[in-house]
Amino acid sequence: MNSHAPPPGPRGCLDTPVLKQRGQHEVFCGLTGIIWLHRKMQDAFFLVVGSRTCAHLLQSAAGVMIFAEPRFGTAILEETDLAGLADAQEELEREVARLLERRKDIRQLFLVGSCPSEVIKLDLARAAEKLSAQYAPHVRVLNYSGSGIETTFTEGEDACLAAMIPALPETDERQLLVVGALPDVVEDQMLDLLGKLGIDNVKVLPARRADSTLAVGPNTVFALTQPFLGGSLAALGRRGARHIPAPFPFGEEGTTSWLRAVAMEFGVDLTLFDTVTHAPRARAKKAIAKAAEHLDGKSVFFFPDSQMEIPLARFLTRECGMEAIEVGAPFIHKGVVGPDLELLAEGPTLAEGQDVDLQLERCRAAHPDLTVCGLGLANPLEAEGLTTKWAIELVFTPVHFYEQAGDLAGLFSRPIHRRNALRLEAAE
Amino acid sequence: MKLSVWTYEGPPHVGAMRVATAMKGLHYVLHAPQGDTYADLLFTMIERRNHRPPVTYTTFQARDLGSDTANLFKTACKEAYDRFQPQAMIVGASCTAELIQDDPGGMAELMGLPCPVVPLELPSYQRKENFGADETLFQIVRMLAKPTDRTKHITANLIGPTALGFRHRDDITEITALLEEMGISVNVCAPYGSTPEDITRLGAAHFNVLMYPETGEAACRWMERELDQPYTRTVPIGVGATHDFIKEVAGITGLAPKIDTSRLRLPWYSSSVDSTYLTGKRVFLFGDGTHVTAAARIARDEMGFEVVGMGCYNREMARNIRALAKEFNVEALITEDYLDVEARIEELAPEMILGTQMERHIGKRLGIPCAVISAPVHVQDFPARYSPQMGIEGANVIFDTWVHPLVMGLEEHLLHMFRDDFEFHDDAGASHHGHAAKARVETPEPAQVEPAPTSDNVIWLADAEKELKKIPFFVRGKARRNTEIFAAERGVQEISIDTLYEAKAHYAR
Repeated sequence: MNSHAPPPGPRGCLDTPVLKQRGQHEVFCGLTGIIWLHRKMQDAFFLVVGSRTCAHLLQSAAGVMIFAEPRFGTAILEETDLAGLADAQEELEREVARLLERRKDIRQLFLVGSCPSEVIKLDLARAAEKLSAQYAPHVRVLNYSGSGIETTFTEGEDACLAAMIPALPETDERQLLVVGALPDVVEDQMLDLLGKLGIDNVKVLPARRADSTLAVGPNTVFALTQPFLGGSLAALGRRGARHIPAPFPFGEEGTTSWLRAVAMEFGVDLTLFDTVTHAPRARAKKAIAKAAEHLDGKSVFFFPDSQMEIPLARFLTRECGMEAIEVGAPFIHKGVVGPDLELLAEGPTLAEGQDVDLQLERCRAAHPDLTVCGLGLANPLEAEGLTTKWAIELVFTPVHFYEQAGDLAGLFSRPIHRRNALRLEAAE
Repeated sequence: MKLSVWTYEGPPHVGAMRVATAMKGLHYVLHAPQGDTYADLLFTMIERRNHRPPVTYTTFQARDLGSDTANLFKTACKEAYDRFQPQAMIVGASCTAELIQDDPGGMAELMGLPCPVVPLELPSYQRKENFGADETLFQIVRMLAKPTDRTKHITANLIGPTALGFRHRDDITEITALLEEMGISVNVCAPYGSTPEDITRLGAAHFNVLMYPETGEAACRWMERELDQPYTRTVPIGVGATHDFIKEVAGITGLAPKIDTSRLRLPWYSSSVDSTYLTGKRVFLFGDGTHVTAAARIARDEMGFEVVGMGCYNREMARNIRALAKEFNVEALITEDYLDVEARIEELAPEMILGTQMERHIGKRLGIPCAVISAPVHVQDFPARYSPQMGIEGANVIFDTWVHPLVMGLEEHLLHMFRDDFEFHDDAGASHHGHAAKARVETPEPAQVEPAPTSDNVIWLADAEKELKKIPFFVRGKARRNTEIFAAERGVQEISIDTLYEAKAHYAR
């Protein structure tokens, strides 16, 4: 199980037909990304232009009120705003002025579009341009859409990063750009590994603060750390940067493959690569093996959530000995998850999009040992006797690269372990 | 446009979901974009419901907008009926669907579904969650409830409890028991636990108990008018209110008022000498109108606190709260902006806050103890144990809940005596709260003390400011405020140690 399952057929699941159904989607909208993006970018404020529903979503998804005054808020549209659009632009400018007056620490302001603002065609791009001119150079104002009619959950981060890319300065420098919001501790581990491999000119998008020296150009190569960044990939392509395709750095195998792809791009000596990765690889394997005891031979069913499903299915089947029954994802972008699909052995149903009632029927019929699903479904399925893992935790928890590989496996093994540990009936 | 950081209430369709999820055999088809399904997790995670809310969302996307969102709605309606076979359906739009004007109500009516369909008009850009729940229950009752013969023995309906309500689950049990003692049984409890079929039988009860005006008043008014059922105005939270409620029920039914107080402990606990330290504690109240009204009476009359401020976030209750505030001789704060609430609390410097989960966070930031008395709810507001707010046990629960955040009687005295002790000091907090003990950090005396913070041009002299710091944290805010008022009233510009102690003598209780 551990020293990697044999590689599947030459193309794995790459050519597996994808089941596409249209019905109720049980997913978050892209606004949810603000919850982690505002922690990552420490001088940014996210101003959603939307309705009370948007504000309520952010508050509920954030686990209600973690921070006294968070760096996000909602400009709630009211009846009067819906009547005339010129009015709404002025109102927005007034609210921004008030906000920036109170929060002098803000250097980047994102105007985030929502379902209602998209439907009434509120021109946030124009508003951002105008406000940017007004508050430059101290504050940069950008806009993107996190609306549910256009984005699903993690696509909000993609839209945010893609909005930042056209505004980046140009550079001819040969550099590696790593794209995706990672917890600082994980990002530091990654930079350390890359440094030991001799790759020093590394930039990270998003940067922790606005005044970083981030730039992009034709000699930039980039690697994604999150599988939901298809829009950012395209935006970087338009700036002349080149993508390094690789499996995602989940688990020991994923991390090694990701690092190797980057190392090959930079011509890193293979002996050096082995020396640098040897110890952390061994640690990761050991940590995974412990959690995998509960996972080996068990089946898993993924409901669509974050687009991390395919790389995670690859990790669970190849490094933890699980069998995937269905791998559902909101979108399957083969240009991004192709290398992971190639490693995923044929067998599971691949599903894109969702009709939640039909998918629940398939899940109940398959009765998997572990179901990975959203918060709205987890307790109802537990009550039906299925063991579940809430998908949102995979986005909020440090799970990338070697040192977190054991934690990642642990996220999946804990629910199974718990179900075995509980003794809630009378002794016989 | 109004900038909002945290909200006390969700949008009105969440109110409708609270009604739908509380009921059985009812299905809600909500015309809404993808993403609005987040609301499911309020019920499955915060309330730990073991089933999905009975809601079908159309989850339209941008590409559907140009084509046919109306058909999407019809398909969703038809499939929801076929799959769930509900006794009745409610249909409506969320904020985004309201803008595209597909008229879900009209469409559903034309579909000729084989069950009653209640159309909902919930203006998302004007109203909020409580209105949504109140209006939804009202529309369901209006469509389904019919005049019918009264039950032979005296019965009542319990009106207002919903899913995701603050202790509604346990209040139902408590009120059912209270009525039972007087020989009254519950005909229907709605919406919590009822089916559309039960709603048709509402008219059989002799009267209605309006448990929560926020979510049940419109239905009660309609039933009073159309079904000739009187309803109770007293919300039985607290000892006095519970007795008044029993009297009111006796008045409506002609039965003798009867209440078993053998398990009621609040009055003795409050009178016992141990509670002396509660006397005159300055409290600030904030929440929904109903809970604040009840809490004000309990705070003043049953705990011996001093109410220094109060307010509510639901404008529907603004008039009641203003009148109540007048009676208590304080200013009412009617706002949905938690920053306003925070500012008011900072200004009043109360010794305790009785508020919502938002005020609990404000309290944490300002170092003021807080007990939660009202929605919006948090997973902690659904305890596993029986924990009502209403009736006899509700009063007991409230006593415990309100006393818990405070530093207790004898401990308070010890803090006064040993305020500079290295372990037993301000920052250590109350000993029964689980957190790591913090040793006191010795700070060297600053060579030159900055002019102390002032309000209204009154300056604290360095010595007085130092003396003020010796006063334990839980009364320091009050001491500072009283001294400043005392000084201002006498035109004193600088506060010295003498001023501090003169003020103390002046305000001695």
